[in-house]
Amino acid sequence: MRLRYSDVTPEKVYLSRRELMAGALALAAVGCDTGGEATAAVSAPATAALAATPNAAYRVADPPTKVEAATTYNNFYEFGVNKDDPSRLGGTLKPRPWHVQVDGLVAKPRTFDIGEILKLAPLEERIYALRCVEAWSMVIPWIGYPLAVLLKQVEPRPGAKYVEFTTLKDPEQFPGQKGGFFGGTLDWPYTEGLRLDEAMHPLTLLTLGMYGHVLPNQNGAPVRVVIPWKYGFKSAKSIVRIRLTDTEPPTAWNKAAPQEYGFYSNVNPNVDHPRWSQGTERRIGEFRRRKTLMFNGYADQVASLYAGMDLKKYY
Amino acid sequence: MTTRGRVALKTVVWLVALAPLAHLLWGWWTDDLTVNPIEYVTRELGQTAFRLLLATLALTPLRLLLGVSWPITLRRLLGLLAFFYVTLHFAVWIVLDHFFDWHTMGQDIAKRPWITVGVSAFLLLAPLAATSTTGMIKRLGGARWRRLHRLIYVAGVLAALHYIWLAKKVLVQPWVYAAILAVLLGIRLWDAARAFARRRQALARDRIVIGSRG
Repeated sequence: MRLRYSDVTPEKVYLSRRELMAGALALAAVGCDTGGEATAAVSAPATAALAATPNAAYRVADPPTKVEAATTYNNFYEFGVNKDDPSRLGGTLKPRPWHVQVDGLVAKPRTFDIGEILKLAPLEERIYALRCVEAWSMVIPWIGYPLAVLLKQVEPRPGAKYVEFTTLKDPEQFPGQKGGFFGGTLDWPYTEGLRLDEAMHPLTLLTLGMYGHVLPNQNGAPVRVVIPWKYGFKSAKSIVRIRLTDTEPPTAWNKAAPQEYGFYSNVNPNVDHPRWSQGTERRIGEFRRRKTLMFNGYADQVASLYAGMDLKKYY
Repeated sequence: MTTRGRVALKTVVWLVALAPLAHLLWGWWTDDLTVNPIEYVTRELGQTAFRLLLATLALTPLRLLLGVSWPITLRRLLGLLAFFYVTLHFAVWIVLDHFFDWHTMGQDIAKRPWITVGVSAFLLLAPLAATSTTGMIKRLGGARWRRLHRLIYVAGVLAALHYIWLAKKVLVQPWVYAAILAVLLGIRLWDAARAFARRRQALARDRIVIGSRG
């Protein structure tokens, strides 16, 4: 049976006041047919539907964040530094046609068309916790498949130790890259990186959709990664290149503020950000702060990747 | 300036200064305070407080540069409005953000410089608000009162540090506020230096006059 978000979320939480109104109107319009469709119609991103099979093995127990919140409260500096910039200005990004170059220390470097990427493996839905370095969090049903599937296609060479992700650089599509009167924000293009074993980990998701739909522009269309045990900025969006290397790749936030954003940036309540505590977080939609979990609750699955490492040093 | 003009001017200040609060209350009523309301409200209150603090500090430079002194009549009102927003900003942090978790807040004050300076700025402004009445000015005496109220300069600098430290380094806005503060304080320094030089010149002139007599 296919689960809906309305099945895992109490409706009270699921529908905001405004959506309730819209939902009531929609129900009235379809003659009070109480099938889930009307609810789904008001609670989905504006993008096309994207079918995926829920993977019960990867599903946090907490109810998903309201889609309205997940698509309007975004850090995506390519569009601007304010949380609502990506959803307001996202229209300039053209997610089709789109290509992703996968190269570096691989036996079979290749450029993938976004259509090919969509068909490389069966799409699954996974409900992950997302923890932002700014101490807020969400729960998001992503659609995609393990990044390992794509990486195996190009056959990493034995010397490959790291993976570098590059986001599109195009000020015409990303107004935030133009740089204002006072100069730019980050050093474009945005790059992020993982160790190869982190990239190959089954939790690391090559992501093409969310909430049953294609990724909206403000969430990193058309293709991004999601690494749920790391702070959100590690999960590169709108990726155009994936490069395998033998040295640790430079990463955008680390270059901007090295003492604050390390290469690893694993969610860790015991290692504070220099300016604030990472011990607690505010789950969007909840009033009180909640305790942040080690590796964002994924310790069972990923702690072994860092056995013997001093996580205060490798923050 | 006529009494009527002064009343009109103060009414405008009241309206403009309370508009951000009205906007937040309206947002609360219509459920439109972004999806992270506590963060949003804290930021809006803090920014408004800083703007009003800068407005308070802009009145003397106006007199020094343009020779207009009537804005000074707004100083107490603007200062108190700034303190009002600082208090709300602080109250939201205690009540909504941490819900009286004194232990965590205490740790934050001790460990995080931007919170330390923020709380310090609030504590420095409190006695200024408390001594803002005409009766208190009389009780303290003009000179002592003026000296005490120079603490607003320190509070301004602490507020700028608070904002710069809390924001991501790539953001411009905190530096804009700090730059405006630097200009407003710089004009005062320049004026003080000018007055000092004038006094020295006058002194030197007197000495020459005395000398020539001998």
